[in-house]
Amino acid sequence: MSIERSGAEILVESLVAKGVEFVFGYPGGAVLPIYDALFGENRIRHILVRHEAGAAHAAEGYARATGKPGVVLVTSGPGATNAVTGIADAFMDSIPMVVITGQVPTGLIGTDAFQEADTVGITRHCTKHNYLVKDASELAAIVDEAFHIATAGRPGPVVIDIPKDVQISLAHWTGRAPQRRTRYAPQTSAPAADIAEAVAMIAAAERPIFYTGGGIINAGPMASRLLRELQVLTGAPVTSTLMGLGAFPAADPAWLGMLGMHGTYEANMAMNKADLIIALGARFDDRVTGRLDAFAPYSRKIHVDIDRASINKTVRVDLPIIGDCAIVLEQMIATWLAAGHGKANLANWYEQIAGWRARNSLAYPDRGAEIMPQKAIERLYALTRDRDPVISTEVGQHQMWAAQYFHFDSPNKWLTSGGLGTMGYGLPAAIGAQAGLPDALVIDIAGDASIQMNIQELGTATQYRLPVKVFVLNNEWMGMVRQWQELTYESRYSNSYSDSLPDFVKLAEAYGWKGIRITSMDDLDAGIQAMIDHPGPVFVDCLVVKEANCYPMIPSGAAHTDMILYGDEVAGTMDDAAKALV
Amino acid sequence: MTPPRRSFDLPGPERTHTMNTETAEAQERHVLTITVDNEAGILAKIAGLFTARGYNIDSLTVADITDNHEVSRITIVTHGPPSIIDQIRAQLERLVPVHKVVDLTELGPYIERELALIKVAGTGNFRVEALRVADIFRAKVVDTTTSSFVFELTGSPDKIDTFVALMKELGLVEVGRTGVVGMVRGNQAA
Repeated sequence: MSIERSGAEILVESLVAKGVEFVFGYPGGAVLPIYDALFGENRIRHILVRHEAGAAHAAEGYARATGKPGVVLVTSGPGATNAVTGIADAFMDSIPMVVITGQVPTGLIGTDAFQEADTVGITRHCTKHNYLVKDASELAAIVDEAFHIATAGRPGPVVIDIPKDVQISLAHWTGRAPQRRTRYAPQTSAPAADIAEAVAMIAAAERPIFYTGGGIINAGPMASRLLRELQVLTGAPVTSTLMGLGAFPAADPAWLGMLGMHGTYEANMAMNKADLIIALGARFDDRVTGRLDAFAPYSRKIHVDIDRASINKTVRVDLPIIGDCAIVLEQMIATWLAAGHGKANLANWYEQIAGWRARNSLAYPDRGAEIMPQKAIERLYALTRDRDPVISTEVGQHQMWAAQYFHFDSPNKWLTSGGLGTMGYGLPAAIGAQAGLPDALVIDIAGDASIQMNIQELGTATQYRLPVKVFVLNNEWMGMVRQWQELTYESRYSNSYSDSLPDFVKLAEAYGWKGIRITSMDDLDAGIQAMIDHPGPVFVDCLVVKEANCYPMIPSGAAHTDMILYGDEVAGTMDDAAKALV
Repeated sequence: MTPPRRSFDLPGPERTHTMNTETAEAQERHVLTITVDNEAGILAKIAGLFTARGYNIDSLTVADITDNHEVSRITIVTHGPPSIIDQIRAQLERLVPVHKVVDLTELGPYIERELALIKVAGTGNFRVEALRVADIFRAKVVDTTTSSFVFELTGSPDKIDTFVALMKELGLVEVGRTGVVGMVRGNQAA
């Protein structure tokens, strides 16, 4: 059956065919035909955000929490440019996302028309791929390929820019996407010889460590299960990047905590002293490696990644394995069992690790009735863990504290902006996650500065009755900026004070949320409990110790062994070369 | 009383090490051929990739090579340490419209050719000598006036460099070069 449909209708049908449940968007002139096609459409739910950045982050949160690609719909010009931060964020963190942008009519492209922007040009280097659709007859095949590209291999955002005339013009719609040649087919499984070599290296190692990343989460829940299986077989301890938290259960004795700039002492020391690092879906980011020439100097390295360009980018490895983490882990387990390897005796290694653990690197001082932010996260974790919550964050100190003191035992529960480090990510991401998981307890752990970057999205949660919780660690500072200024600019706090903060409780109430303020340890637990118990959206303004710092910390450009812990009194200045490091 | 404080001992750049600034690795010149879907923006995407990641482009040529104009071949001459050359290949290969990246320098014996138009003005002995040198280089005269020649010369970039250097003494006015195209030797496609 072939009938004539408008480009806009073909788009909507194609999205339905792809199983899209939610579109996060904001209308405007150049997408009016698509919005008209969505009118009364009950197979797709449109979530109207308050700013296009919110749409992109909501789609990211939805994707991260559900494992399905997020879909964004915005208009041309400012609609598209406002979404760019979220697109760049998804690109850095490998989040599958399809972004549909309206464009001025084909005949007006290039004339500086009203609300015209070169969306394809602007997003070229922050998308996995992008399209400008010239003809409605191409649309179905493009949507089909866009979803394939967004989700296959290393996931990422794909932009489809559709001029308004293409949305209106008619084309044949056959009921399904025409077959496009499959030009994108990333390698997913590894050669048996590489797997055998990797397994032999693991079996022979005396001080092995798994260094896992977001790739495990992206490879699906099966990859996390297989990681556990391989860990049990090999006995090697596990650390993870920020993006990989939840892939390995934090409750497991082999768990070392997060590594890197604000990682635990034991994780960083173990990376430094290991004789074999098995990197799984992690990319040796500068936050993880610290000073490169001092990074893991005694180890051989196996690097499993689906993106060949991640191999040897910053750290040279001994054995690169290109493939999907789940498939490669399955291959490794099968080869390990077939080779008859037993669990190696790692007693000495674990003894060394126990010594590092004894430093208790996450310890922090007690301030009596005043709430240490670390304590707030610990209590939040203790009181919500039985609900298996989904946690999103903004970016800054609170994000690192959440990573350190909130513990994850399963994947897809932790939504954070790791690569791009986007303040304002957490609230819309929580909204997206809540849309996809209506029964989950979804909490955005935020800071007083970050939350204001997309605070307009409070209205979105209200409109769709999404019971998200926002838990602000309010220290009246851009805390991480303040911390760096304290440590490296002799406490010259240039523009990092959060002046003129709104009354968050009143603000929340103005949006129809419940507002709760927590001011002392005496009402911390009760406040958190009230937040959990309220069926609707809740904004918690938790006033914490203002000058608390986030430790452990490896200063930018320092080695894993140069960690600063709480109680180390540090201050001072850096030479210009060190200041130039991010 | 202020507690005792220690200051950071952070490394200056001479102690830091990244592969991008590594000087120990020798620079190598590589000729890459890239077959791509001939779609809008692909050249911008590839050129932009080089700019964004700080890779070098010494020359870049592109033209479509199929009857239906669906596939183009891009030849890029680049230089950098081997680790960066490897990154360039990997980064190119992950672009969706890129079918294949071939490093001719890595692959083995190959030919590279470039075409140049060289305008020389002069009279008398200069003019005679220019024509004589052109003959030795097997350059063709494609335009002439009584006081000038335009030579067409095809060859390796070295040969063209040498010719242009000689013409500087003989009234060189203008040079246009296409950049390199390359192909592996033998009876197989790369």
